[in-house]
Amino acid sequence: MRIDCKHVWEHISAYIDGEVDFVLRAEIDRHLETCEICSAILDSTRNVVVLVADNRVFELPAGFSSRLHARLDRELSLETD
Amino acid sequence: MTTSNPEFDADCIQRILAGEKQLFHDLIRPCERSIYFLLHSLLRNEAEAEDAAQETVIKVFRNLHMFRGDSQFRTWVLSIARNEGLGRLRKADSRREDSLDAITDDQGGDYTPAFLTSWREVPAAALERKELGNILRKAIEGLPEIYRNVVLLRDIEEMDVRETAAALGITEGTVKVRLHRARALLQRDLAPKLKGFAPKRARLFGWGA
Repeated sequence: MRIDCKHVWEHISAYIDGEVDFVLRAEIDRHLETCEICSAILDSTRNVVVLVADNRVFELPAGFSSRLHARLDRELSLETD
Repeated sequence: MTTSNPEFDADCIQRILAGEKQLFHDLIRPCERSIYFLLHSLLRNEAEAEDAAQETVIKVFRNLHMFRGDSQFRTWVLSIARNEGLGRLRKADSRREDSLDAITDDQGGDYTPAFLTSWREVPAAALERKELGNILRKAIEGLPEIYRNVVLLRDIEEMDVRETAAALGITEGTVKVRLHRARALLQRDLAPKLKGFAPKRARLFGWGA
């Protein structure tokens, strides 16, 4: 059975995460070989997933960690008293 | 993301409970980022997220003896963070536009991707340009809350499906559905905007940070 574009989009996320079974993966791969649009959608989605994972996108506010541990120190010393 | 280590965690917790309280700093450090960004995703405000993160960490310390070890330590910590965040939202709530139940999983919606006929990869090096980071942050912050949290834990903090489900109190199936929709929404929003960040032939990155 040949799958259509819509079917491929439904599984793109699972495909990226390696969570589609062997048979479906082979079907999708076969579709991608001939479908420029789905290939571009897959590549761009994967690209977006990689970019958002970069630590430079979401950075902790400056000094966050030292303020947190200073607060924690106050709490720890309270507990000891 | 710092990967958590269950054996280190278990050993550390035992020693803290036995009196070596200073070890708590080391125990909580690998969770800090996830705590903050989960709260930031819920509260959408830096100062409030930081305050809630501190509160969460104090609660984790005070309740450490309750940790049973049937989930990962970080998962347990994030569920405490989530409760802290939800508690604050409920207090502030009543007339929030972005109400917690605004979007539900069974609600239809258009998750059709942006159509493209070709894609030139945008390398991570392009993040040297601040503008790109801003575009990505804005896209994620613009997602409905139920999708934002899942993207945050799965794709940004790189937690697995099981851990994400446990931290958010939803099923693994729901995590997968939400992640799929979130990525489709992000692709549709971002693909047209990212095109200009693909490298031009034979040019190096590093201009105009």
